[in-house]
Amino acid sequence: MFIIGERINGMFKDIAQAIRDEDPRAVQEWARRQDVSGARYLDINTGPAAKDQVRVMRWLVEVAQEASDLPLCLDSTNYDAIEAGLEVCKRPAMINSVPAEWPKMERVFTMAAKYDAAVIGLAMNEQGIPKDADTRVALAMELVAAADSYGIPMENLYIDPLVLPCNVGQDHGPEVMLTLRQVKLLADPSPRTVVGLSNISQGTKNRELLNRTFAAMGIANGLDAAVGDACNEELMATIATARVIMNLDIYCDSYVDIYKKQK
Amino acid sequence: MAFSAMKEKYRNKVGTVVLGATKEDGGTRGYTITVGGESTLPFLHFEGDIPNRPVVALEVWDVAPTDWHECFAPYYGDVFGNAAMWAKKCVEEFGADLIILRLKGADPDIADASVEDCVKVVKDVLAAVPCPLVVLGCGKVEKDNEILPAVAEATSGEGLLLGLAEQENYKSLTAACMVHNHNLIAGSPIDINICKQLNILITEMNLPSNRIIIDPTTAALGYGLEYGYSIMERARMGALQGDNMLAMPIIGNVGNEVWRTKEANISTADAPAWGEQENRSILWEATTATALLQAGMNIVILRHPKAVTLVKQNIEELMVPANFDE
Repeated sequence: MFIIGERINGMFKDIAQAIRDEDPRAVQEWARRQDVSGARYLDINTGPAAKDQVRVMRWLVEVAQEASDLPLCLDSTNYDAIEAGLEVCKRPAMINSVPAEWPKMERVFTMAAKYDAAVIGLAMNEQGIPKDADTRVALAMELVAAADSYGIPMENLYIDPLVLPCNVGQDHGPEVMLTLRQVKLLADPSPRTVVGLSNISQGTKNRELLNRTFAAMGIANGLDAAVGDACNEELMATIATARVIMNLDIYCDSYVDIYKKQK
Repeated sequence: MAFSAMKEKYRNKVGTVVLGATKEDGGTRGYTITVGGESTLPFLHFEGDIPNRPVVALEVWDVAPTDWHECFAPYYGDVFGNAAMWAKKCVEEFGADLIILRLKGADPDIADASVEDCVKVVKDVLAAVPCPLVVLGCGKVEKDNEILPAVAEATSGEGLLLGLAEQENYKSLTAACMVHNHNLIAGSPIDINICKQLNILITEMNLPSNRIIIDPTTAALGYGLEYGYSIMERARMGALQGDNMLAMPIIGNVGNEVWRTKEANISTADAPAWGEQENRSILWEATTATALLQAGMNIVILRHPKAVTLVKQNIEELMVPANFDE
């Protein structure tokens, strides 16, 4: 599993300020820090406050790429903003995200095919987030079929089973784990899986512990990627360890350090 | 209906290492040899690129071996004790792609050759053959730490492949390779974890990974070949799946291992049911080598000239892509 670094997001005060002032320093500092900490992608989210989402997304992409060679994960519900970002991405990017709904899937998968981008597909539709694994898997199958019809290879489709905070939807936890396992059976080669890691701990007092425990359990159930805090050393060490235990990486004494350097 | 082969897509490929340096690059070699670079498992040409064929090296010693089987005498008897002539014969008559010079004579229990003697024999061999050269120490750590850095310095820029760096003893040889532009063999005792860790330790000293060849240790057919094989196979899978600390080309000391076996050495008279001794030993060497080629070995070290012919023939055949349309 790898981390999509979550820190370049207008929800954070320093990034929101950077956007307002058009001052790239905070964005670039976080791009660099997440890069050296072991992030494999950088999430780019304008945040809700930005007035011109299209212009801000393009600017964030441009300044982030000046500081890091990592590919970007363009995070917005505004698809015009995502397309503006894709136009200036130097490396194949990831689109975050699309639900199992038409015509949204048409717009996103068309863009993904055009720009050779990966896509995060959310296991939800107009009816909201499903309560059980079966419905999540059924929606994942709709995403798989739609992606395939646009020629998106399965290794570029990341299914997000959608995680709820454990103090809100505790009963979703085992359903998410079950979904992670079943999504792998939908196609051969199988689609990949992703979660928003910090969702599990929203509003709780043990955020970091919940996040990294969830990461380890996710890896044991086939999780491939997570949007999360790459600068949290304990999280990265936990991921490296879970990968070794699941025989995904070959053990050596420096396995934690080397995990952070793998790109 | 046409047959469509299932293809695996890998994220990564095996690194390449260039052995030897020509005049333009600061050395005196007539040619260089590039190993590695494959983006698929051994010889699956339909699935990825295998830009460089595996190469075969013959072993030359700085002293006349006293413990080699008498069947070597007709081939090497006239050049034993003269490493330069021995090397020349291996290249010109026996078709070795490159030479492994083992400084066995430096062993305090054999000839205790001085640093100067070792440097001289390396230089003599370099002058005698145009091919890239691998230089191995005598195997006694203290002595090797004296002679190998001196050899590295005296041949600065030649792009030698020097060995052996091991987990407990890698720093001085790594430093010598860094300063004098040589390549390094990182040896590990049939242990994938130590193999990976040693590569990390060496690259942390800033020797680039494209200057490292790994020797995960091999064993002869019948003596644990499958252990060495599975380590090499695992390293190759790791490399292709993105583990750069296992992505170095592999060298294997096949001849040395095979000639320690009873099956290679026992006389025809003592084991008549096993067939004629020399043929048997050649096949033992060639079979061990060709099995390890399938595990991903890039540089095969042999002893018997006739095994070289067989292994090179096998490599030529394996380097021709299969045509599924026929």
